Amino acid sequence: MTTHGREPSALERSAGARALLWTEARLFVREPGAWFWVLVFPTALLCAIALVPSFREPTPDLGGARVLDLYVPVCVLLAVLVAGVQTMPPVLTSYRERGIVTRLRTTPLSAGTLLLAQVLVHAVAVLVSVVLVLVVGRAGFGVPLPASPLGYAVALVLVVAAMSGLGALVTAVSPTTKVAQAVGTSLLFPMMFTSGVWLPVQVMPQLLGQVVGYTPLGAGAQALGDAMAGAFPSALDLGVVAGWAVVLGVAAVRWFRWA
Amino acid sequence: MGPAVPLVEVTELCVSHGDLEAVAGVSLTVEQGEIHGVLGPNGAGKTSTVETVAGLRRPDSGSVRVAGIDPAADRRAATRLVGVQLQEAQLQPKLRVGEALALWSALYADPVPWRELAGRLGLEGLLGRRFDRLSGGQRQRLSIALALLGRPTLVILDELTTGLDPEARRDTWQIVRETRDRGTTVLLVTHSMEEAQLLCDRVTVIVGGRVRATGTPRELVGGADATVMAFTPEPALDPTELSAVAGVAAVRCEDGRVLVTGSDEAVLLVLERLHARGVRPGRLRVSDGSLDQAYLDLVRRPETARPEERR
Repeated sequence: MTTHGREPSALERSAGARALLWTEARLFVREPGAWFWVLVFPTALLCAIALVPSFREPTPDLGGARVLDLYVPVCVLLAVLVAGVQTMPPVLTSYRERGIVTRLRTTPLSAGTLLLAQVLVHAVAVLVSVVLVLVVGRAGFGVPLPASPLGYAVALVLVVAAMSGLGALVTAVSPTTKVAQAVGTSLLFPMMFTSGVWLPVQVMPQLLGQVVGYTPLGAGAQALGDAMAGAFPSALDLGVVAGWAVVLGVAAVRWFRWA
Repeated sequence: MGPAVPLVEVTELCVSHGDLEAVAGVSLTVEQGEIHGVLGPNGAGKTSTVETVAGLRRPDSGSVRVAGIDPAADRRAATRLVGVQLQEAQLQPKLRVGEALALWSALYADPVPWRELAGRLGLEGLLGRRFDRLSGGQRQRLSIALALLGRPTLVILDELTTGLDPEARRDTWQIVRETRDRGTTVLLVTHSMEEAQLLCDRVTVIVGGRVRATGTPRELVGGADATVMAFTPEPALDPTELSAVAGVAAVRCEDGRVLVTGSDEAVLLVLERLHARGVRPGRLRVSDGSLDQAYLDLVRRPETARPEERR
């Protein structure tokens, strides 16, 4: 019996988790669809908006800011949204459908590690995309970098947490990959609206702006906008995003099924 | 550990999927070092039974022990003891063979060196190939490799050769035998009688969630009315007439041939009956029963039927 497998130590288990994380990262890179929408599309959208001459002009209605400036947080939120709602859930549901999750459950690794690895891979991809948007905005179109880097980072982490929770919840309630894709797409457009893709939250009519301010991306847009301008985001905005992150995360854990 | 202690003990196991009772009181034991077949038609409860042994399912009632461990309660110990190849379990489509083996190696404390295992299973030329580009046989060999990487005491192989071509089946069988010869106990789920007869040291036949028979393949064949005779009657005759002959278990017609299954004695009695009727048994063949036939007898026979009620 001594030749047979022994209990892995905590260190060995974390080595297993790291190996899975690397594997999932490698597989993400092999999905051109995934990294196009998460990594390329937000920056491409920013460039497209910058091509409209009037968007590059200071606008008195916006307190002298340019439409282009308002779109930098929108493009950032788009990366977070697409990764959480559009890209991650179908990966996880397909793993469930193909029996990959069940196969992992027969190893010493817990299946929860797979969810964690997917969340981390997408979060890192989002961060790369955010840096790309900020750098291209700064270097290409003179958009200032966030004047409150700490506030920006806090807001960004909370938004990523909320969208990861939403993605996990979509995975939890979708019995198949087809359903996950349909649910993701039907969430995508209203949430793009609340992030300000068609009309930045800062310039929405007052009542609409207040309502949108209680959605995760509406509050996230205001928080990122404040941090860009140099103020630490308001407690209300950060609280709204954090609240969504908790509620969505708890709901996902409650309904998540591996089999 | 002496040979008297079974490695796997399943006692009065019941498993339900919602309202459907998949397993209704299965008991079986798997001895250390054997290839044990779980044989039965589709939907008999074979997979539910072995999934419970792997700890993937909790029993509704009854108990499962693997080397004394309850696999549902002690998942971590179970994953260390039991390697599993599940029916139709896939991998990430774009994962390469070598990457899958390396990943699985990282999950276990003391894995078999994966390159050595890949060589043993004929995977060394496929290490750079993506999972979705593997043939059925290649996928199964990779599945077996992953199940064996953690040096399990017991390996569960579910529907291993379903859908494989004959050569791939033969190769896979050889791998299973080698696995047993290296000291790993094998629990093999199959609906192929041929596979059970060629591979298994002992077989448990499950029908409708219950154990119908258990024993060595030879015992199962011996216990059944397994002698088969086939002939072309000249002139034609009503085959139902032969059902009445003592010792005949079943009579059927296929393409003008009459096939009679029954005891050795029944063969002689059928020939006498044919002779008395002036019917010539053309191209007569008598063959020893296979597990195939024994299995069909076991599966088709209603549990409560008495021998004289059988046709």
